[in-house]
Amino acid sequence: MNPDAVFVAVLVAAALAVTLGVALGWAASLIEPDADSLVERIDALLPQTQCGQCRYPGCRPYAAAIASGAAEIDRCPPGGDATVRALAALLDRSPRPLDPAFGAPKPAQVAWIDEEKCIGCARCLPACPVDAIVGAPRQMHTVITAQCTGCELCLPPCPVDCIELRPVPAVSLRYRQPRAA
Amino acid sequence: MTELLLLALGASLVNNFVLSNFLGLCPFIGVSRRFEAAAGMALATLFVLTIASGLSFALWQWVLVPLGLEYLRTLVFILLIAGVVQFTEIMVRATSPLLHQLLGIFLPLITTNCAVLGVALLNVDRQHGLLESLVFGASAGAGFGLALLLFTTLRERLDTADVPQAFRGAPVALVTAGLMALAFMGFAGLGAR
Repeated sequence: MNPDAVFVAVLVAAALAVTLGVALGWAASLIEPDADSLVERIDALLPQTQCGQCRYPGCRPYAAAIASGAAEIDRCPPGGDATVRALAALLDRSPRPLDPAFGAPKPAQVAWIDEEKCIGCARCLPACPVDAIVGAPRQMHTVITAQCTGCELCLPPCPVDCIELRPVPAVSLRYRQPRAA
Repeated sequence: MTELLLLALGASLVNNFVLSNFLGLCPFIGVSRRFEAAAGMALATLFVLTIASGLSFALWQWVLVPLGLEYLRTLVFILLIAGVVQFTEIMVRATSPLLHQLLGIFLPLITTNCAVLGVALLNVDRQHGLLESLVFGASAGAGFGLALLLFTTLRERLDTADVPQAFRGAPVALVTAGLMALAFMGFAGLGAR
């Protein structure tokens, strides 16, 4: 094989790669216009608990439903009235009270596992939408407070009811002396 | 016309890509747990296969053969397929974020779906024209989708069946796939290529 053939081969492969890259970039900029960014902006206002109380599988699907007009803005109990007002301001609609059919607003909370009672069954791990529970089968589990959204989805799978929800600690990372038993 | 019909029948049923050529087994096993995801995967693969076989034919006919670069075909086809898959991902994300979530990691994996590369290479080997290539690609995709959807429904029923401990999960899925392949052998008498 002479050097020219190698040169042509490299040139053809490179030209194809560049053509595809340019075409893809162009298609991406063409297909994803502002409609998507409205969903993003609504999503940014939602509390990201991923709790599903709005009857959508997570905050982003709910944001998409609001953007397309399929759902009202009053379906997010974890966000409370503050979220409804923020959404109303963004979408230029009048604020409305939360629909009680989707649950009552609660103060911010995080899950807490009673490690004495935990049997290490690992059933709460797949339920957590944000992977905030650390643990393995037959090992005690615990909750990463900074990641926990307080969505309560880990409560039903627990067979020994060792998970409870507590108000968000003011400073969650501070070291505390263990209480004397 | 009869030729094309026989070609389509052959690629989709008689020589089904999954069940008789054993191409594209990774998505066949990987995405067959839920029907929605399987239906999305079937459609995405059909789309990618059709477009990729048309484009690879064009590339082969008008670039590789005139330049005498036939030996580059595997590399160039994979590059082309990767581009088409990326384009499909952009489209799916824009049109249906839910489907995008369901397919997840498997959408980029169409790139390494050997059925797609297999169709492109077979088109070249059998010297198909543009129309034949498109029909062959589309019917291969339809055959893949048919096998995948049938298999998914079987697996959804298997989930509720009382399977012996040692066979749960992947083993019984593979046994089922083998039985389906046997059943598809019954199409061998249809007389298509």
